[in-house]
Amino acid sequence: MKQLILLASIVLSMSLGMNTQADIDQGHIANARGNTSVASSSKPPAMPPVVNTDIKQKRDYPMQPPLIPHKTDHYQVDANANKCMACHSRRQTEESQAPMVSVTHYMDRDGNFLAEVSPRRYFCNQCHVTQTNAKPLMENTFVDMDTLLEQSLKEKSQ
Amino acid sequence: MKEWLKKYWKTLNRPSVHFSLGFLTLGGFIAGIIFWGGFNTAMEYTNTQQFCTGCHEMRDNVYAELKETIHYSNRSGVRAKCSDCHVPHDWTYKMARKMAASKEVWGKIFGTINTREKFLENRRRLAEHEWSRLKANNSRECRNCHEFDYMDFTRQSKRASEMHSTALASGEKTCIDCHKGIAHELPDMSGVEGW
Repeated sequence: MKQLILLASIVLSMSLGMNTQADIDQGHIANARGNTSVASSSKPPAMPPVVNTDIKQKRDYPMQPPLIPHKTDHYQVDANANKCMACHSRRQTEESQAPMVSVTHYMDRDGNFLAEVSPRRYFCNQCHVTQTNAKPLMENTFVDMDTLLEQSLKEKSQ
Repeated sequence: MKEWLKKYWKTLNRPSVHFSLGFLTLGGFIAGIIFWGGFNTAMEYTNTQQFCTGCHEMRDNVYAELKETIHYSNRSGVRAKCSDCHVPHDWTYKMARKMAASKEVWGKIFGTINTREKFLENRRRLAEHEWSRLKANNSRECRNCHEFDYMDFTRQSKRASEMHSTALASGEKTCIDCHKGIAHELPDMSGVEGW
């Protein structure tokens, strides 16, 4: 019995491995290397420019961290300095006219409000990202809540 | 000492006996060119990147950081080297800065920042020197390239043109007030205005 299981698992793993390799070769499965053979190197795609319009973008769901509508090249965010907060902190918003980071960023995990941004919300890029005009690699089928609600209302009325 | 000085004064005060006036004026002129040229060449050498990064203090800390920034690596291939920002281009100011920089020789000899730890410890102090220098001279070294009158606000982003056409145009702020840490990493910024 043990031998049978061993044999079956070996056959299974081999066939799995073969299938995967074949799929990659035919381009069915995308991997980081694409169809480039191991011995050669491919030409990297051009880096798309970051959207720098300074125009707020709609959030796809209420809790979505707002997207950054400007470049953030070489912004220093570490123990010494936080470049983002030079405009977005409560103190700076009057001068910079940038949106203030939401009050949740001043709360610790127990819900107490702190004078400065909470350490757990300090690293802006963990949630907030810039956007590029790059064509998506995969089609996005995301539907937001409003559309879903409208659909369900329509279905009910029918 | 007094006798010695007197002797020399007498020699200098007496007309030349052996050399013609022509030789002395022409010789003095040529010697002047050589000394002046030599002096300026030597001073220009201390403005080169090779000279600045000749010491590990600069090479491993500030120069390594500069390499990642837009002032060193960019699409158009214009590069600002150390002296473009840290040494005035105008001769008078350059001489003043070079004399002030002789303190850096002292720092090198006594190893003020000869380890990474010492450098980090001193970074705020060193940064403040540069901030106050640029604040005092209205960011003169920035303006060697980034001349306000030549700026096309329509080619700037919305935010940039808003800031530049108000705070910078009125002279209320100067480049360094907002653009700190663009070429090197920032020290601990606690207590710095605007941070």
